[in-house]
Amino acid sequence: MSRLSETFKSGKKILNIYCTAGYPKLDSTLSVMKALQESGTDIIELGMPYSDPLADGETIQKSSSIAIENGMNMHVLFDQLKDMRNEISIPVVLMGYMNPVLQYGFENFCKHAAEVGIDGLILPDLPQHEFEKTYKSILEKYNLDFIFLVTPETSEERIKKLDELSSGFLYAVSSSSTTGGEKDFEAVERYLQKLQTYNLKNPVLVGFGIKDKKTFNDACKYANGAIIGSAYVKIIQHAQTPEVITKSFIQSILN
Amino acid sequence: MQATYKEPDELGYYGEFGGAYIPEMLYRNVEELRSNYLDIIKSESFQKEYQFLLKDYAGRETPLYYAARLSDKYKTNIYLKREDLCHTGAHKVNNTIGQILVAERLGKKRIIAETGAGQHGVATATVCALKGLQCIVYMGEKDIQRQAPNVARMKMLGATVVPATSGSKTLKDATNEAIRDWINHPDDTFYIIGSVVGPHPYPDMVTRFQSIISKEIRTQLKEKTGSELPKAVIACVGGGSNAAGTFYHFLDEPSVDIIAVEASGCGVNSGMSAATTQLGKPGILHGSKSYVMQTADGQVVEPHSISAGLDYPGIGPMHANLFATGRGKFLSATDKEALEASFELAKLEGIIPALESAHALAALNQIKFKKDDNIVICLSGRGDKDMETYMKELNKK
Repeated sequence: MSRLSETFKSGKKILNIYCTAGYPKLDSTLSVMKALQESGTDIIELGMPYSDPLADGETIQKSSSIAIENGMNMHVLFDQLKDMRNEISIPVVLMGYMNPVLQYGFENFCKHAAEVGIDGLILPDLPQHEFEKTYKSILEKYNLDFIFLVTPETSEERIKKLDELSSGFLYAVSSSSTTGGEKDFEAVERYLQKLQTYNLKNPVLVGFGIKDKKTFNDACKYANGAIIGSAYVKIIQHAQTPEVITKSFIQSILN
Repeated sequence: MQATYKEPDELGYYGEFGGAYIPEMLYRNVEELRSNYLDIIKSESFQKEYQFLLKDYAGRETPLYYAARLSDKYKTNIYLKREDLCHTGAHKVNNTIGQILVAERLGKKRIIAETGAGQHGVATATVCALKGLQCIVYMGEKDIQRQAPNVARMKMLGATVVPATSGSKTLKDATNEAIRDWINHPDDTFYIIGSVVGPHPYPDMVTRFQSIISKEIRTQLKEKTGSELPKAVIACVGGGSNAAGTFYHFLDEPSVDIIAVEASGCGVNSGMSAATTQLGKPGILHGSKSYVMQTADGQVVEPHSISAGLDYPGIGPMHANLFATGRGKFLSATDKEALEASFELAKLEGIIPALESAHALAALNQIKFKKDDNIVICLSGRGDKDMETYMKELNKK
């Protein structure tokens, strides 16, 4: 059983925190991950910075620019993560965009990700038919989970198809928007309730617009957990010791 | 649908280039367009209104002008396709008229666009005014500062101009911002892309709207020379919309040379260039697979050209395929060569071209044609918008 499936087996509400690799400092990656784990985070979604992150709002874009300027790239990242599993036991999912992955070489990328102990991938601009045609078999070869996004605009038929192709969990974007926006929660509730009726094979994590205890708990009413990205990225930007702020931030959500 | 040089396959691929690499948040909108655009374009009501607007509003057909003095100088027969005489000053309006009619038929009320120099922004603001639709144009903060007259034109036409402040603050980032706006407004918004780039079906749709250029060329050339087919067609390429239109009806005619001219800025290897096929590698930008100027790590780099319309780190997937297969010949012209070509055309023919179009003219110095050859060059836009640059040159002389 994959580390992700194991995590969901407990039935507790899952807190997934997004952070950008190489941010706020180049060598922050692992210390931020450790602080997240120690504070009670269940899954880490580690962002691989890209110059043109289409699905991301201002906060995560900015963190990506900072990380690139800091010198982050795939080679540096895999080097930073090479002994990760000595210290990190929770699932780690890499999130990024297709172009840098293609330049690194898709299979090479999967191989190195699997070697350092990455559990799954989120590549929002990898479309379903390309995934099926070319990439699915490579991911399977390296035992990596692949997580598709669904939105309130995604049809029932398509949600079921994307759920079928996903493993680990399904990423429910709370409304059609870029990351970091404000949401109308009633519409989100209706959408999440609808998802519950579909009998999906994967657990569902809600992302986009989750920023504090209230929005986290609201999302958890209708899903297996939620993902916090921009709100966390924002608070650690200027932190001298991201570890301390991380701890108080995660506590404010879980306690 | 079998892919050809002219048309992509069902998934939007020209050879290995194209496709729709978009996040799920855009899927419904892009799918709505993909499953409707061909039927809409082929419908009688669309064609009637499109043809009417092209003729009475945009001023088509545009002349195919035999440039006698230029021909004399280069010892061949040069015909200029006068897209510079279109309403708003460039070929861009062929596309925005087509797309606004598609948007209207899909029931969209809010129009967004990206623009670099402002030509596509002006052409979009123009058709939005014509149809009474809300228009929001994303433009890099840096470009807003360099292109004040076009910003004023858009505002006078009723558009809202939103500065793109992310990344390098130019066309690439304006495109990112437009796409993000589209993600955030999934119901009422139509995105009018200005070039043959973006996710399928945009490259094909924009190519079809611009293909009027080569359709007219064939008829006009037949009248003037007795043959529909020239020796060569030449056009500048940034994203490549005027080139796509100029090449389209000649791509399946092997006797016609297809010549694309990219902007090499300060020189291909100067680090200040926009010659994508020479400097780029296959990659994904703005939703399609094509050649992309990027670092070894796959971060997209900022190009440079004196011409804002060619200052783009990618190229349309149709052109990428023409390059990869060898069907198209890709040349490049520097900032300096383009400026020289502008001044030459002004003096020899009394036509001040846009800096973009001047890159196509600069190819005349790079290829030797025969005396009896007929060469067609797309004069994609006029030079009014570039007068500030031209004035600086005049002061140097």
